[in-house]
Amino acid sequence: MRIYFEIFWSFFKIGAFTIGGGYAMIPLIEAEVVNKKKWVAKDEFAEMLALAQSAPGPIAINTAVFVGHKLKGWRCSIVSMLGAILPSFIIIVFIALFFNSAIKNNEVIERIFKGIRPVVVALIAVPAFNMLINAGLKFKPIAIATTATLVICLLSVSPIIVMITAGVIGLVSGMYSQKINSQ
Amino acid sequence: MIYWQLFISFFKIGLFGFGGGYAMLSLIQNEVVEVHEWVSASEFADIVAISQMTPGPIAINSATYIGYTATQSVWGSVIATIAVSLPSVIIMLIIFCRFFLKFRDNKYVGYVMSGLKPAVIGLIAATVIMLVNASTFIDYKSIILFGLAFLAAFRLKTNPILLIVLAGVAGYVLY
Repeated sequence: MRIYFEIFWSFFKIGAFTIGGGYAMIPLIEAEVVNKKKWVAKDEFAEMLALAQSAPGPIAINTAVFVGHKLKGWRCSIVSMLGAILPSFIIIVFIALFFNSAIKNNEVIERIFKGIRPVVVALIAVPAFNMLINAGLKFKPIAIATTATLVICLLSVSPIIVMITAGVIGLVSGMYSQKINSQ
Repeated sequence: MIYWQLFISFFKIGLFGFGGGYAMLSLIQNEVVEVHEWVSASEFADIVAISQMTPGPIAINSATYIGYTATQSVWGSVIATIAVSLPSVIIMLIIFCRFFLKFRDNKYVGYVMSGLKPAVIGLIAATVIMLVNASTFIDYKSIILFGLAFLAAFRLKTNPILLIVLAGVAGYVLY
């Protein structure tokens, strides 16, 4: 029973003190579960991280589920996941309760957010830019990325449809080039 | 009824949310701004800003926030947060934890990912384009702030939270 409290508390602390999204949480998770608690070996953690990135959903949640499962099975996964999301949940609920009423009639907050809104757009643009550069600026990734952007923005295609189509294209073109190579 | 729609929307977002928080923003924007109109475009930008400034994954933070805004009730937050996390739990437990070693070297998984990775970039770019509108860019000062923030984050790797704080100060002074 003690291990459940321990893993809950570990992920609760990580969830409460990492600002900047899931990727910012990874070094803290590693420090806690690999170095301090020794629940997962270092090389196993690296492999698990690669898998957590290829699964859908927030990477911090995927990692929490994996570590929990490794320790005590699915019940422990639920506990570690709740530990990771609870701090976010509590903080955001408090802000939503307060901010939703505050912004509508507070002139100071409205001024502050007039400055923040365009900067948030820039903060989302930069990672997309970096990912495109890291992908090597080759024809195929650029073609897929551009097509995805255009069909979402111009044709209002759902991003879900785009993801499914892109996955199928990746699978078919991979199998096709494998067939060419083996001949 | 709205709780059920909220659950379905965020379950879909969790299920197809490959590529981390920023890519999930594209799915969230489509569901909550375009399809269901639970929040306006400018509210969405505010929610993204708040989600970045507060601890935890951006997808969880924005689900909690939008759940509240859509229903004006904490139960909306509970439903949206559970719904966005549930696919992760199910997929990780059923597939990834059990077939851990098989998945690691599976070439077909690699093929699918080779298509998904560039699509994720396209999704994020679409979010950016749809966020550029009259509510986020109100005048030339917005464009200057955008340009400065882009350069600082891209060239100098300035911390995003610091940039949001500076943007807030700039907004207070300029408007």
